[in-house]
Amino acid sequence: MKLDVLKDALTPIIVLGICLIWALIDSSRAMQGMDSALRLMTPLLLACLAGLYSERAGVFDIGLEGKMLMAAFTAATVAALTNSAWLGLLAGIGGALTLSLIHGLASITFRGNQLISGVAINFLASGLTVLLGIKIFGLGGRTPSLQGSGRFQEITLPFADALSGVPVIGPIYAQLISGHSILVYVAVLCVPLTWWVLFRTRFGLRLRAVGENPASVDTAGVSVTRQRYVAVAICGVLCGIAGAYLATGLSAGFVKEMTAGRGFIALAALIFAKWRPWGALFATLLFGLLESIANQYPNLDLGFVTIPSMFMNALPYILTVIILAGFVGRAIPPRAGGEPYVKER
Amino acid sequence: MAAASQNSEGRPDAAAPAAIELRGISKAFGPVQANKNINLRVEKGTIHGIIGENGAGKSTLMSILYGFYKPDSGEIRVGGQPLTITDSQTAIRAGIGMVFQHFKLVQNFTVLENIILGAEDGPLLRPSLAKARGVLRQLAEEYQLNVDPDMTIEELSVGHQQRVEILKALYRQADILILDEPTGVLTPAEADHLFRILEGLRAEGKTIILITHKLREIMEITDNVSVMRRGEMVASVRTAETTPEELAELMVGRKVLLNVEKTPAQPGAAILEVRNLRLVDPDGVERLRGISLDIRAGEILGIAGVSGNGQTQLLELLGGYPEKGSKVSGSVRMNGQELDLTGRYSDAATRRARGIGHVPEDRQVEGLIMDFTAWENVAFGYHHAPEYNKGWLMDNAAIRADAEGKIERFDVRPPNANLAARNFSGGNQQKIVVAREIERNPDLLLIGQPTRGVDIGAIEFIHKRIVELRDAGKAVLLVSVELDEILSLSDRVAVMFDGRIMGERLPSQTTTGELGLLMAGITDTENAADNTGLPPDHKHVATLPGEQP
Repeated sequence: MKLDVLKDALTPIIVLGICLIWALIDSSRAMQGMDSALRLMTPLLLACLAGLYSERAGVFDIGLEGKMLMAAFTAATVAALTNSAWLGLLAGIGGALTLSLIHGLASITFRGNQLISGVAINFLASGLTVLLGIKIFGLGGRTPSLQGSGRFQEITLPFADALSGVPVIGPIYAQLISGHSILVYVAVLCVPLTWWVLFRTRFGLRLRAVGENPASVDTAGVSVTRQRYVAVAICGVLCGIAGAYLATGLSAGFVKEMTAGRGFIALAALIFAKWRPWGALFATLLFGLLESIANQYPNLDLGFVTIPSMFMNALPYILTVIILAGFVGRAIPPRAGGEPYVKER
Repeated sequence: MAAASQNSEGRPDAAAPAAIELRGISKAFGPVQANKNINLRVEKGTIHGIIGENGAGKSTLMSILYGFYKPDSGEIRVGGQPLTITDSQTAIRAGIGMVFQHFKLVQNFTVLENIILGAEDGPLLRPSLAKARGVLRQLAEEYQLNVDPDMTIEELSVGHQQRVEILKALYRQADILILDEPTGVLTPAEADHLFRILEGLRAEGKTIILITHKLREIMEITDNVSVMRRGEMVASVRTAETTPEELAELMVGRKVLLNVEKTPAQPGAAILEVRNLRLVDPDGVERLRGISLDIRAGEILGIAGVSGNGQTQLLELLGGYPEKGSKVSGSVRMNGQELDLTGRYSDAATRRARGIGHVPEDRQVEGLIMDFTAWENVAFGYHHAPEYNKGWLMDNAAIRADAEGKIERFDVRPPNANLAARNFSGGNQQKIVVAREIERNPDLLLIGQPTRGVDIGAIEFIHKRIVELRDAGKAVLLVSVELDEILSLSDRVAVMFDGRIMGERLPSQTTTGELGLLMAGITDTENAADNTGLPPDHKHVATLPGEQP
């Protein structure tokens, strides 16, 4: 039992350890790097939570990547046309939600293979975004650069200036925590919210039950189909926010294939997190940190060996394989995951 | 069947509305008529048994009652009121609770979470959980249904999991409780405790429907009993006014006696010697409890019994594919050589190589791949045979030619080897499987339910082939729930009950009545005297403590 607690605390301890060591070795770039890690974490966290809702309800979703990409495109397009980041966000959510419902239709209503449906969604998004991009803007698949209110601006949290003089806490608050786009805070707030929804509400109880043993929900007189559709829709909304953040927060516009595998890293983080909300936060923070280190030090010289940035970028996957192999406690997916629900006979 | 008012325990008189009344319920799944014009009346405050073999349609009927399936026709009345049950929610609201054979519990949820699932009081869990905790404490006191509400299901024993299912129904204020094969996964002690709980519930005025294929349970606990056979309700009687033998006969049914022409057996040396074979399935239930039997060359040993008494496990174990996770002990010798019961040489391929052919009980699941063609199906299990291969490639032309020969000799219709197995009728599918196994000329043929769902013409044909194999000096182990088939085909009959061989008889020196008694688990020690003409070690007349009704 004690060991289990330690295993659960492993990711936060690793994250904290990396931060401390970084701050001690190279304090000037550490602050900047951690700041960037938070931004890089945001789309991963949102996508990871999106996957969490879907997979906890028993619908595996490898289409996170495609949904994010579609959302990034629709968000950037609408933001470019209306010059409003908020309308862009809505469009992003709409784009991802549409793909989510296609996934739901294929895998819930028609009981198709969830992996194949997910792959199809990834291909669809990859092709459709470029095609529509060329058709609308004629910029080779890009959208025009977003400026001003077309992007989510960084907001300064209250007292950031006043507190900046206080040692240790001051700079952390003013530089690290303050000064991000609103979507970063939304993503972080989604973590306790998700935990509360899953474990403290009727909706969450049924959602988890549908992913573990849909027959138990069905015999209790609750619709499995409806429950799964709602979960898949929430997944779409969160993917939409993630994609909108990519195109209108992290960058200034859409570039083709801009998600660059983030949907898959989010899936890896989900396994890393063992399908738990707080785990998702720390797993994506860890992966964000690794990406940030790779960005800050293209060739990390540890004295005896030089680590290329490619290795850092590959680390999330390597870590996930280690987790899957069961070295750090077993990651048990929801039992009914991946299987369409069919009543006996 | 009207209930009598003079019975004990506050039984309501016949004029009161029945707790449940079914009128003319029918349900078909495609061509399979699962329920045919079912009429049933369950009195309030009684335990009503529904007995029948696997596949008799009991579970389908109860699923209709619980809103899982919609009946094609017929009327359901609950408490005298007609009710259309379209989904489980309707059934729950009408006060019907169901304990499924395979529990519908979420393994990693706590008992409390499972109880409130679907019956929460509001959008937040906290108040529902608190209320359920209180109700649970009350129910535990009332009915001896003690379960730790904070344990997760996976930490509980099977017996306790079942209690959670019962509690779930009671929490939803069920007045009518349906239990589907509740003792299948329980130890005898757990089953006894369950019966005490059920008696307590009846004393509180609840109505209980107990679905089972175990006669002992029916005799022990029910007030009334209805018998189902092949989708039909064949009888409803007061339990006190019937006997296990009568029920066994009703369950198994009597068909027109099939005539199989055969000469007396000329048994040779023992082909298969089974000693003290035991099997504990992954749920921890002992399915085989020390089976010993011999089959000699040139004889057919028939195993009779109500299905679900270990015959399936025996066939699967001998065939080389016991359910994964089963624990096996004992010894099996084939032609004098020990067969591995565990490890890599205990698989079906090795068994086939040692000369054991197997026609499995369920041809559509274990015997054939339904979407593959007849000629492909003919090769399965023997696809490594040299005549089917050319170097390291399969010789499809040779397989096809061989299959066409078999199809012709076994009169499979239509005689088209390219047709998918799915497109043949049940009888012709069975002929394909039988042809594949018999034409390999095995020293021992295991054959389970050879004529289940097979038309009369094919039955005769298959029976003839089995006798021919015997006459060629081979051994046959025949498992069937059709008593007439066993009696007309076998040279010796062993009766299985609850994982044991209750006794062996010669078909010419026994009666269906005597076999029915053995199938019900009743051994009359006087009757079991030496009338089989077999050496003493062939007899396994076990009288179990507590098995006598």
